[in-house]
Amino acid sequence: MPDAPQQRRIIFQHIGEPGYTPDIDCYLRHGGYEILRRAVTRPPAELRDEVKQSGLRGRGGAGFPAGVKWGLVDRKSGKPIYLIVNADESEPGTFKDRCIIHQDPHQLIEGVMLSCFANDVKQAYIYIRGEMPEGARILERAIAEARAKNFAGPNILGAGYSCEIHVHRGAGAYICGEETGLIESLEGKRANPRIKPPYFPAVLGLYQCPTIVNNVETLCHVKHIIGMGGAAYAKIGTPNNTGTRVFGVSGHVRRPGAYEYECGKITLGQLLHDVCGGPLPGRKFKAVIPGGSSAKVLRFGETFTLKNKDGSTRELAMEDIPLDFDTLAACGTMGGSGGIIVMDDSVSMVEALANINAFYAHESCGQCTPCREGSLWMKRITTRMVRGAARPEDAALLKSVAGQIPGRTICAMGEGCAWPTQSFLEKFGEEFASYHETKTTPRPAGAPQLV
Amino acid sequence: MNLKPATLQRIDEVITHYPVKRSATLPLLHLIQEDIGHIPDEAIEWVADKLELQSINVYEVVTFYPMFKRKPVGRRHIKVCRTLSCALMGGYKVCNTFKEEFGVELDEVTPDGEVTIEFVECLASCGTAPVVMINDDLHENVTPEKARALAAQIKAGTASRPAPPPAAS
Repeated sequence: MPDAPQQRRIIFQHIGEPGYTPDIDCYLRHGGYEILRRAVTRPPAELRDEVKQSGLRGRGGAGFPAGVKWGLVDRKSGKPIYLIVNADESEPGTFKDRCIIHQDPHQLIEGVMLSCFANDVKQAYIYIRGEMPEGARILERAIAEARAKNFAGPNILGAGYSCEIHVHRGAGAYICGEETGLIESLEGKRANPRIKPPYFPAVLGLYQCPTIVNNVETLCHVKHIIGMGGAAYAKIGTPNNTGTRVFGVSGHVRRPGAYEYECGKITLGQLLHDVCGGPLPGRKFKAVIPGGSSAKVLRFGETFTLKNKDGSTRELAMEDIPLDFDTLAACGTMGGSGGIIVMDDSVSMVEALANINAFYAHESCGQCTPCREGSLWMKRITTRMVRGAARPEDAALLKSVAGQIPGRTICAMGEGCAWPTQSFLEKFGEEFASYHETKTTPRPAGAPQLV
Repeated sequence: MNLKPATLQRIDEVITHYPVKRSATLPLLHLIQEDIGHIPDEAIEWVADKLELQSINVYEVVTFYPMFKRKPVGRRHIKVCRTLSCALMGGYKVCNTFKEEFGVELDEVTPDGEVTIEFVECLASCGTAPVVMINDDLHENVTPEKARALAAQIKAGTASRPAPPPAAS
């Protein structure tokens, strides 16, 4: 395996840098708000074109092209257009946005102001998860600083354009990361996602007005796209997977943390072995969830047969998967939020799944029966298995429950809660099939308790 | 329910952030809980009056979001992350250590009203797992030893008290 490439730190350029502080003076010393200063003299439609040209795909989970999302906004309705920053960062395994908010909040504010100017937005909200009270205070301070220096608020930089930003705190519900659930929450309600159609945020979003919802990292990328131009940005990364990605690696590696690479220019194996230092002493890698806990699990050692453009096929080993959106999707999983969770050979996959299932059962909003009941039953079955009452038919039962959820719910949580069970069964079927026999032995020393 | 003047001032300010008053429901509940520690019935009715809503509109919100507490919790609210990355790195041991140190089960309050331990879902700091929040402060890479040290600090009265509400901007 060739050595891993160098990190390409665009979003994380200053994150972790000694002496770099979250105040506006530090940001200005590093050239901050210069891109906004230049941008407010340009026609907004031109800025939107830059983002479209850049090929930027959303960094929150779905990987939807940001320029296309902006292109769907209803600009003729006569209603105000809102922008909401999705800072709910709630997909397990994901922690990149916390780093940005805590260490470089003005990078986000500049990205937000550029996006607002480009879309004629007069009011933006940053929806930050409730468990980040310090992050909320840092953002409020940063907004006040930006306002005092005329980068936000009335008549920004004398351009005759005004825009306010407010921070809005969530209160511990995962489903607020789903954009229509987030909108309901921001309206002061339970975060029950809305049915689409008709409630596409770009047309009928916040207060039934056109609304853009973008992830924190996505909006930071906008700043750099406007800075260097969409065409130049599109040359970073690989075709259709442009720019850099921040990968947050957690679990059983020697050096967990957040690392930024060009999209598709580093493989999963390089990231986990060369960058993260490989498995813990005396252990072997067993499984990895590559894009937040909803993403389908991959098993070390497995290979994939992928189709080439000319119709021929190629074999790809799991550790050689380039970390981009398209190849991970072709391998049956997803890049999602960039949160990579690694499990070594000390882990029982039944216990790991029971842990994940407990999360989704806790977080289902309860609106759709298949998700509310299905997530609960998947939790109950896997927990019962771990607690010593496994039955031979459990694998088939889990498969049956998980198979009845996707496609039958209002939002993607139906898929998100079923994919772990489906993929764990598919990739580690033997552990589930024999669990009722092996469970009589105690958990090996050094194995983590997960339920 | 006696809210501090600073809380009332912040409540009036935050309502101006939204074109529709109802949007201020979550911010008001946060401010009230920061002030008096939990959300009693009278707080629900107060918020409903303030935002021109029915009580049920506020009640359904309070019961949906895990962070809003209907009953008082300890002055030191210890939230241990339960989700996968933290569990892989020993989150369950950390949680058990806190329970042993304070002799309470999850979600109980110690008899002196000082401590509540909650096993919460993902706190979005998976790269430094296991993590624990004590009131507003995040503690990273928490081993059982570190948990015992934090417990000792709480017993000595030095670990984070509830943060005073930030000055109104």
